[in-house]
Amino acid sequence: MSKNVLKVLFEKETADFIKSRKMLLFGALIICITVSGLYAAVAGVADALDSQTISNNFLFLKLFTASANSIPSYTSLMALMGPFIGIFMGFDAITSERSEGTLNRLVSQPIYRDHIIISKFLAGMFMIALLVFSSGILIGAFGLLETGLIPEMEEVARLFLYLLFCTVYIGFWLAAAILFSTICRHAATSALSLIALWLFCAIFMSLLAGIFADALYPVKGQDMQSMINEIKNISLETGINRLSPYYLFGEAVSILMNPAARTINAVSMTQLVGAISGNLSVGQSVLLVWPHLTAMVACMFTCFIIAYVSFMRQEIRSR
Amino acid sequence: MSNENEMAEYAISINNLTKKYGDFTAVDHLNLNIRKGEVFGLLGPNGAGKTTTTLMLLGLTEPTEGRAFINNMDCTRDSIQIKSKVGYLPDNVGFYGSMTGRENLRFIGRLNGLTGESLEKRIDELLKRVNMEAAADQKTSTYSRGMRQRLGIADVLIKDPQIIIMDEPTLGIDPEGVRELMLLIRDLAETDGRTILLSSHQLYQVQKVCDRMGIFVHGKMIACGSLEELGNQIETPGKSTTELGVYPDNIRLESILRQMDGILELEHDNNMYILRTAYDIRGKLSRELTEKGYTIMHMRQAGSDLDEIYRTYFEKEAV
Repeated sequence: MSKNVLKVLFEKETADFIKSRKMLLFGALIICITVSGLYAAVAGVADALDSQTISNNFLFLKLFTASANSIPSYTSLMALMGPFIGIFMGFDAITSERSEGTLNRLVSQPIYRDHIIISKFLAGMFMIALLVFSSGILIGAFGLLETGLIPEMEEVARLFLYLLFCTVYIGFWLAAAILFSTICRHAATSALSLIALWLFCAIFMSLLAGIFADALYPVKGQDMQSMINEIKNISLETGINRLSPYYLFGEAVSILMNPAARTINAVSMTQLVGAISGNLSVGQSVLLVWPHLTAMVACMFTCFIIAYVSFMRQEIRSR
Repeated sequence: MSNENEMAEYAISINNLTKKYGDFTAVDHLNLNIRKGEVFGLLGPNGAGKTTTTLMLLGLTEPTEGRAFINNMDCTRDSIQIKSKVGYLPDNVGFYGSMTGRENLRFIGRLNGLTGESLEKRIDELLKRVNMEAAADQKTSTYSRGMRQRLGIADVLIKDPQIIIMDEPTLGIDPEGVRELMLLIRDLAETDGRTILLSSHQLYQVQKVCDRMGIFVHGKMIACGSLEELGNQIETPGKSTTELGVYPDNIRLESILRQMDGILELEHDNNMYILRTAYDIRGKLSRELTEKGYTIMHMRQAGSDLDEIYRTYFEKEAV
């Protein structure tokens, strides 16, 4: 019975997403990201090959990370615009039900109340995964046709992992959106708060990180103290930056999509002595970004759990 | 326990139910029993605690103190079983605007475990019963308030509830719509034998349809019973008040009235006499005045209609 209810609710939520006008917006957003990413990929890879600035290794992955002229790469567009998908999906999840007067009709049915919020989250995650994977695979397919590059197994694995990270990252924003829609009375309040949070994470967090790091460990001149401060300054700055899911995601992607990247923290010259230059295997890259994935999943679930608890404790009255 | 046998006769049984929001007491030690197949009206001004009481009956809000039972099931603990037996029509019911009336019913039917052919048949029957066949395949966002209310009743009936709770069902509906609704409510109780609890602040509409009524002010049930019982309760024992309008209204009339037995007090106010009498003297009064050549234009015993009852209770409460 209860599994059945969850299925009915899940189907209804998914159908709602697909039929809603929001979906047109998602479609447009995803098409923009895909098309400009594709343009950047084709032009950027060609440029890079002409000027011999990159090695011929892992060219297929460059389709996703290459930028051309002023057009940003697919991965950076995704990091910047992806959250919007999650936010738009969830910002009115509960508020709209409440203002339409459907929520109290729903909770007076013989169903557990948590099924309502769980089904919203699951349906949202399902749609996000669908959008992200279809857009990623489209880029791959067009890139394949356009450039004739044949992806290696390792590249496919890295691409798959990247899309999984994308899904979790956008899922975090979905969970945050559902949280705000639960605690805010109006959909507009919830949307504005979320956009403010997104702006803060994407722009102001890195500014603040720089300011804090410089204030605590100033790096000026050539004296001994500055040299000691330098590494602490960088560590603190990245540390603060990593509180923002935007930075966390960007960092994880740069490791995943670039096998040549070997470290995420500041490393001194002495630590590099004797290291053999070479690419990391997929497993080693994943090991490097495992904490990132864990942190993002934890953030996502924390948001969802707070939303869940506050939804369960709310008294649902008519509009 | 004899107590349990007694409870079995009642569809709804409320014992000492109390709900406090901080210092504010919304429902104050409410005791109420509603028999099976009865139409009970919960009357009271806005903010009297009617909705809070209905929410506690459905297990949507936890009572601070006391318990409520529906068919011998605890409303707070067995809320899922209760919700499969009890239909709730909220005040200003809402539907998913992007779905048609039929789709809305189908969704709720599926949540109640109905599927396939039997569900479709049931939906058709109910749409016919509430006279909504013509608009069934329109989006509910185009519905008028009266149509939403009728679809709401179909929505409540889809799970074939033994007990129906309606919150302000007549609010915002035109008089013809109200008349139809009242016929439908009466029919639900008489033909199908369902128990109906409806809350309202619109007295006239409710008095026609209810077997018993409870007057609810500031969270307290201050009177309960049928219309006559309520009327008897408000009269001061041993006294009754009669309004009298007579043509011609001359000086001789007053002396006749003063000489009559049983009249304790006499007030003259705007062509109208207000008589306080020891017992009901209407019969005697009309005989005597007719004999003496007077025509009775107006004679009414106060306290016999609900408005009077309602006002009297509210005045009592205000003092």
